[in-house]
Parts: sequence; C-alpha cells; structure tokens
Amino acid sequence: MERADYERLRWRCIRRALLELDISLTRFLDQQFDQLDEEQKQTFVEMADMEDHDLWHLISGQAECNDPRMAPIVAMLRK
Amino acid sequence: MSIPVLKFDAVIVGAGGAGLRSAIQLSEAGLKTAVLSKVFPTRSHTVAAQGGVAASLGNSEEDHWHWHMYDTVKGSDWLGDQDAIEFMVRKANECVVELEHYGMPFDRTDNGKIYQRPFGGHMSNFGEKPVRRSCAAADRTGHAMLHAMYQRNVKANTQFFVEWMALDLIRDSEGHVLGVTAMEMETGQVVIFHSRATIFATGGAGRIFYSSTNAFINTGDGLGMAARAGIPLEDMEFWQFHPTGVAGAGVLITEGVRGEGGILRNSSKERFMERYAPNAKDLASRDVVSRAMTTEINEGRGCGVNKDYVLLDITHLDPNTIMKRLPGIREIGLQFAGVDCIKEPLPVVPTCHYQMGGIPTHYSGRVVTPQNGDPNTIVPGFYAAGECACASVHGANRLGTNSLLDLLVFGKSAGDSAVEDLKAGKAHRELPKDVADKTLARIAALDNRKGGANVFETRLAMQRTMQNHAGVFRFGDLLKSGVEKILEVEKAARQLEIKDKSMAWNTARTEALEMENLIEVAKATMLSAEARKESRGAHVRDDAPDSPEFPNGRNDAEWLKHTLFNPVDNSITYKPVNMQPLTVETIALKTRSY
Repeated sequence: MERADYERLRWRCIRRALLELDISLTRFLDQQFDQLDEEQKQTFVEMADMEDHDLWHLISGQAECNDPRMAPIVAMLRK
Repeated sequence: MSIPVLKFDAVIVGAGGAGLRSAIQLSEAGLKTAVLSKVFPTRSHTVAAQGGVAASLGNSEEDHWHWHMYDTVKGSDWLGDQDAIEFMVRKANECVVELEHYGMPFDRTDNGKIYQRPFGGHMSNFGEKPVRRSCAAADRTGHAMLHAMYQRNVKANTQFFVEWMALDLIRDSEGHVLGVTAMEMETGQVVIFHSRATIFATGGAGRIFYSSTNAFINTGDGLGMAARAGIPLEDMEFWQFHPTGVAGAGVLITEGVRGEGGILRNSSKERFMERYAPNAKDLASRDVVSRAMTTEINEGRGCGVNKDYVLLDITHLDPNTIMKRLPGIREIGLQFAGVDCIKEPLPVVPTCHYQMGGIPTHYSGRVVTPQNGDPNTIVPGFYAAGECACASVHGANRLGTNSLLDLLVFGKSAGDSAVEDLKAGKAHRELPKDVADKTLARIAALDNRKGGANVFETRLAMQRTMQNHAGVFRFGDLLKSGVEKILEVEKAARQLEIKDKSMAWNTARTEALEMENLIEVAKATMLSAEARKESRGAHVRDDAPDSPEFPNGRNDAEWLKHTLFNPVDNSITYKPVNMQPLTVETIALKTRSY
C-alpha cells in the first residue's frame, strides 16, 4: 500500500463518529494491520468506509459478519 | 507565497447537525455555500446522539412549549438566557416536522404520528410529572438526522469540501469576519475561503479531558479559531459529565447497567453509594453518583495501581440477563477494559460528555462580543451554532435531547440570519494584505521547530491536568494549582514539534493543529472554573456546598451572570443573564431540585 493511501486510511480510522471505533480501529492499525496481505488490506479499506454503527455492531458482535472476505478481519478486530 | 482564494457567499465550518442544517437555509436561498469538514459529513459526532430530539408535539399526551421552557430554564440552573430558551422551544415543533419532510425516519405511533418517549428532566405542567417529549429514530437518531440533511444539501447544491481542516478565522481591521483559511488534507495545500458570511458549527471540545465520551474529532477547532481571533469564550466552566465511562477509554456505559442492578464498589468492595444516597443508592442522579465516585477516589478508596477508578459490578446478575438486556456491554468491557463483566467488575470513572459553553451568540445565531460597554455587540459576518456556540440555552447544565434540538433550531436560525444579512449586504469585503500570514507562520513553525514539545505528550499532560483539577467535582486549591499547570502546558503547546514534514495526509501536522485549538479551550475552562466561586448546575465546588443561605451552593446575588474568558490576555469579565423571555413572564429563580 502506498504511503498516501495508508495515511488516508489512517485518518479515516482515527477520526470516526464513534469513540468506540476511534479506539478499536487505531489499535488495529497500530498492532495488526501489517499482518494483513494486500487483498485483506483493501478489504479493510472498504470496511473503514462503512457506517459507524454498522461497523461497530460487527466488531462488538451485535451483528453477524456474512462477508467471507471480512470475517477474518472482524475476528481480529474482536480480539 | 501565493495562496489560492475560493469565493463563496457563505462558508460553513463543520458538517454535523448544526452545519448541515444551516447550509440547507443558505443553499435553498440560492446562495453559493461551501461546507468544510474534517470527515465525511455522516461521520460527524452527531452520529453518536441516540436519545432523540425534544419537541412538545403532544403526540402521546398533552404537552406545551411553555412547560418545555420551564424544564430547560430549571435544567440550566437559571443560567440559560430566557429569550433564547423561549425561541428554541417554540421553534422545536417546526424543526422536527421539517426534518420529517426531509425524510427523517422517526419512530411512529399506531396512528402514524411521530412517537415520543420520556427523557430525564422533561416534565408536564411546570415540573409536575414526566412527559413524553423525545422524538427518536430507534437508537440512531443523530445518524438518521445527518443522512436526511446531507441528502437535502446535495439536492440544494451545497458544495462540500470533505477532509479539509479550517485553520484560522479571517477578520479585517474593522473586525468583520471574511472567511477562513483552511488546509486540504490530501495535499497539505492552504487555501483562503473568502466569504460574506462565515458560520462555525464545529461541535464540542470534549477531548480536553482525559476521560471523555467524545470521539477523537471533538477538538474544539471553532473555539480555538475564535479565541485566536480575539473573540471571548462564554461559560466554559460548564461541562456535563456522565458517571460511568470505561476508565482509560471513556467509552460510555449506559445508565441501563445500573438500572438492571449494577452496583458501584470501591477498593474495599464496599457498595459506597449506600452512604451517599441511602434510598436511591446506585440509581441516584448523575451528578450525585459522579460526585460520590470522585470523593471515593480522592479519599484513597479508588481501585487499581493508581487508585484512580471505581468498579461497576454486575457479576451477581444472570449472564443471560446481561446478554439480553444490555447488548454490547460485555463487548465494551472486553474491548476497552480487557474485562469480562460476567466474571469481573468494570473499571469506571466520571467522564466528560458535553460542553455547555462556547462562542457567544444571540439566538439569531449571530456571534456577539463585548465592545464599547455593550457585551452583546454583533461581530459582522460571523455566526455559530450547535455545541461550539453558547446561545445560551443550556446554561449551567443541559437537558437530555435538547442538544439535537439546539443544533436544529440554531443551525436553521444562523442560516436564516446569514441569508437575511447577505440579501441586505454588499459585495465581498477586501481581504487584508496579511490574510494568511498567521496561518502560514503556524504551519512553518511546526515544520521547522527543533527540540520542541511532543504533541502526544502535551495532549496527555493537558488531559490529565483537566481531569485531575477541573473534573466533575471541583476543589478550590486544585483549581488554583490547575491554573498554574495548564498555563505551563500552554507554553509547551505553543512550541510543538512534528517529525513528519510531508504534505499529503500528514496526520501528525493535523493533530498538532488540533492541539493548538484544544489548549485554548482547556485554558478557558480552567481559568473560568477557578474564578466562579459558587456551585451551579454542572460546576460543583467543594468549597461552595449546600447551605440554607445558598441551596446547592448556588449564589445568585453574586454569580447569576455569564463568564466571558478573553483569550488574548487571560482576563475574565461577566455579562448579565437575560432573564426576560420573548413573550411570557420570567421563570423566577428557585432552588433546582428533582
């Protein structure tokens, strides 16, 4: 991932509407993002574009993740 | 250096509820309107508002705006301006119905009307019994509101500048506001937005505290810009706290947890609320619970290595009840405290939630400032609405569901006033020669400074100082030392250094610029709080206790007045509270009790 793309993603993770996502996405970027392959990184970029409540419901287990591409990333976010 | 200039009739900073609402008025009036936002509009912090919006529609039972007015004045502990409060509650129904017409999916009654539910502090017949006044869209009221208003703006051709950060207010030598300087994050380019009307709708600054329910975006950018432009900040000592935020994270634990039987315990596992509120215990009001928690921590009965939090215990509840009645709570504990609340209690602290003070405005949304003996002189071309503004309707404490109402009513009002002024007004005023000099100097200083202060460490020092010295329960000696400490932190905040000098998406630079805004708010809060020697609403001092002479510690003879903190010389002046409503009798002073 190009630096500018990563930094754009970073901004979109550290400035959310919900504090819950600010914290969990920032932590994910700092601790786990590098473990993803390029395809997974693009999937995470898509996830970062989701509505805040929808994404938080996925991470907090209040909603099921039905997208097989997202499932492993959601599992990492739930840790 | 040549800076690009973009010309608009109006520029609005912030695309949360207040910004979007004001933009609708301007764009639909055919004015060329720009909205700048650090994030995509539907990712503004208004999304986090779940409770609903207050309006005396009377759909579920009899209600009246005058009763709503009474509740709001009482909630404000009589510090709210009664003209502004009457204006707000009388506009509520119209604003809610308009929103419905924009497509807001309000919950409905069986006969198709907007469903209304009760909310703390909202009563019928001047405080007699609770009334159903809150209009909501499930638990996503703020989110649905933003979507409806964003779509309306798209239809009206509002121009959005997404992922742009406004940096400084532009004023000329006569004090007229002529727009803002702003930075496009993708390129780092600084641009001048030259406008005939400038509306700030930048939200609150809850990130000045260590423990805050506010998202990271709430850095008080509008307040910082106003302060740097010499505009005083009003009533900044008043911040609403929620008793139960997760210690170290701030994430809100809903009151429902105590409603379901959750118990607060100190380091000895004692149920300490029995001592403070023998009847209501853990279900006592927010301020009573928050003060009790602070007292436990201050007297050494806090938990953890630093003894700086208490415990919220639900381990005695049936796990099935927790999962069914308190969805998401277990995950919040696991994610943000590393604790499984079915097996272990949750660490919690009183947590900053909402800013009552802000940029002083008239209820028309026009910004006002003291000049030649008049404390309410209009600043030409400048408007503000929502949490960044102080109209003042929340006074010393805000009622739940009045924040969404505030941003609708005053967003619209600011937009209407700007339209009125623009239609009567002339062409763009000439930009000053040094229009962007201060902005460019600030950025250059960040880029070139060596051996300066670290942004993260400076922010942390500010947040800890605010939490420990100006938290939910305040002490004279701690406020005094807090003033010294925050002025020290300010010195560091004026000398920030960043390592990353790149132009595109330089988040280090953006966070440094945000820090320069936060410190203005932190300083205003600490100095205003130290100066106000009474207790009122959310400002509760240990040395101004409840007494027969001063019930709840409130001293109307000396302190029934608004604080104005002047950031230029750190001086404080005061201005009277407007006790005269628009059409009805004054709601007379009395002790605030529920």
